[in-house]
Amino acid sequence: MRKNRTVFLSIPYLLWMLVFTLIPLGVVAYYAFTDVSTGEFTLANILSLGQYIGNIGDSMLYALVSALICLLLGYPVAYFIAKQSPVAQKFLYMLVMLPMCMSFLLRTMAWVGLLQDTGIINNLLEAIGLSRLPLIRTPAAVVLGMVYNYLPYMILPLYATIVKIDPKLIEAAQDLGCNGAQCFRRVTLPLSIPGILSGMTMVFVPAVSTFYISQKLGSSDTILIGDLIEKLFKQAYNPNMGSALSLLLMVLVFIAVAIMNRFGGEEDGVIV
Amino acid sequence: MSKELIRLHDLVVEFDGERILDSMNLYINDHEFLTLLGPSGCGKTTTLRIIGGFLSPTSGTVTFDGRVINDVPPHARQINTVFQRYALFPHLDVYDNVAFGLRVAKKPKAEIDKRVKNMLEVVSLKGYETRRIDSLSGGQQQRVAIARALVNEPKVLLLDEPLGALDLRLRKDMQNELKRIQQSTGITFIYVTHDQEEALSMSDTVVVMDKGRIQQIGRPEDIYNEPKNAFVADFIGESNILDGVMLSDYKVRFFGRVFDCVDKGFDPDESVDVVIRPEDVDIVPVRQGHLVGTVTGITFKGLNYDIIVEFKGFKWLIQTPDYHGVGETIGIRLNPEDIHIMHKSEYSGMFGDYSSYSAEYDELTEDAADEEE
Repeated sequence: MRKNRTVFLSIPYLLWMLVFTLIPLGVVAYYAFTDVSTGEFTLANILSLGQYIGNIGDSMLYALVSALICLLLGYPVAYFIAKQSPVAQKFLYMLVMLPMCMSFLLRTMAWVGLLQDTGIINNLLEAIGLSRLPLIRTPAAVVLGMVYNYLPYMILPLYATIVKIDPKLIEAAQDLGCNGAQCFRRVTLPLSIPGILSGMTMVFVPAVSTFYISQKLGSSDTILIGDLIEKLFKQAYNPNMGSALSLLLMVLVFIAVAIMNRFGGEEDGVIV
Repeated sequence: MSKELIRLHDLVVEFDGERILDSMNLYINDHEFLTLLGPSGCGKTTTLRIIGGFLSPTSGTVTFDGRVINDVPPHARQINTVFQRYALFPHLDVYDNVAFGLRVAKKPKAEIDKRVKNMLEVVSLKGYETRRIDSLSGGQQQRVAIARALVNEPKVLLLDEPLGALDLRLRKDMQNELKRIQQSTGITFIYVTHDQEEALSMSDTVVVMDKGRIQQIGRPEDIYNEPKNAFVADFIGESNILDGVMLSDYKVRFFGRVFDCVDKGFDPDESVDVVIRPEDVDIVPVRQGHLVGTVTGITFKGLNYDIIVEFKGFKWLIQTPDYHGVGETIGIRLNPEDIHIMHKSEYSGMFGDYSSYSAEYDELTEDAADEEE
């Protein structure tokens, strides 16, 4: 009886999922397996995905590098926040969320303004007598854009995990002979793995499928999957190819997430 | 016993202007089983945390083996702790939890293996090596915590209410187990509890604390038989505490009657607190009684009845194997050795009146529940 009632509560979301996720997904799959001009069933779209292997590899690499940089930048911040007083924690948490209140496009455009050849940074460099640097249209600029946009998604799950680690466990480690660094390596870090994994996933997944960042900050010869899909739909008028690529992207994301979770599952018991 | 190992000198701890510990002086001998006993908020856990190095005193010194260790961090002290609710590492299995300290100390693998296996045997957890912590019962987790601390062969083991979360039966078993381990290893145990029975049955020395001060230090028998003030008399066991006047050595007057007693050394006509333990009172026919009272309440306790008897408006708790119905008039006799005399203290008049007996019991259980939170 009781279980049935809780199912009832999830019906609105299930309906939402059906109408706005599952049905569109079916449409995407339909397009992916049909011919662009005749509308007949075909595997041609799927089979020709190989031509985009370079873009796919680039996307994966950019997303992974961004996720790792987010981890390196985000962990100390999350750790710091978790060690503050409850009031300070709330305030700092809000600060981390703050950039998320601004439009994603706006944030990326702001970086264009900073990095472009006649942008603020280069103007500043020239003003103090240095030469202008090629900042924009580099892989670094793309990674910077991704890190900037997705860093909060790394910090928040990390913070949530670290703040829940029982301080008694750190005392127990000290009691058993650990200095500060050893406490971190043997207790805090292994216990933050769930947060690291969820942070990596939360950064990697949107980063791998992102568009716009690489268009605006990257060079014209790095086209990431997200931009490619957009191009196929809007410029090449080939929604069938775009759908096939979307489907592939989804499969790759699933695999990546599964690998990360698998890694976590193994890690759980064996740390020495 | 043997030589002094730890000395606390004039320890003061203040938090936000509130005094948690007030000039605490205590020395602890090597190989001793010492218990810090008191209600929640009395400063016993604070004392333990100072010895463990997790807290710095506001003033005063901690000496270990003749060396001041105020500034020595916890990881550099030859002291291990069994934490309240254990604080076992959830990401490690039983074996790795126990091996933790030895691995940090970079002991050879073979030695670690030998000592861990041996220790698991001592705490009867052989075969549990690869079990996850969350798959263990409270009693098993308790034993892992003890093994994890003891395997390092510390000079001193600190135990912070280690049996608080266990049910009564398991608690009794673990009390015996701990006592046995302490005797066989010879490691100094400093044990914190609010359970007076636990303290009396396990310890060589009991330190009764309240309001950040030591109220009494002594062997369990001394603490029970010769409480120093009304607080100790009430906290350790049950006590009826009456106002009396010490007329001279061995003569005390209360309830308008002079009794022989075994205490001396008080000022003539000094006002004192008189302690009568409920189990020491002899019930006799009315005509033979020193005092005559009326039974106003009775509770069956298994081994005996707790009866509440009113004497001239003051209610006593008396334990007796015989049934006495409410309203019955009884006489009582007090032998000289049943009467304990204490100097007046700040606690006089606060304890030892059973007029609100059931309410007091409620408070006691509430206290115990608080402690476990």
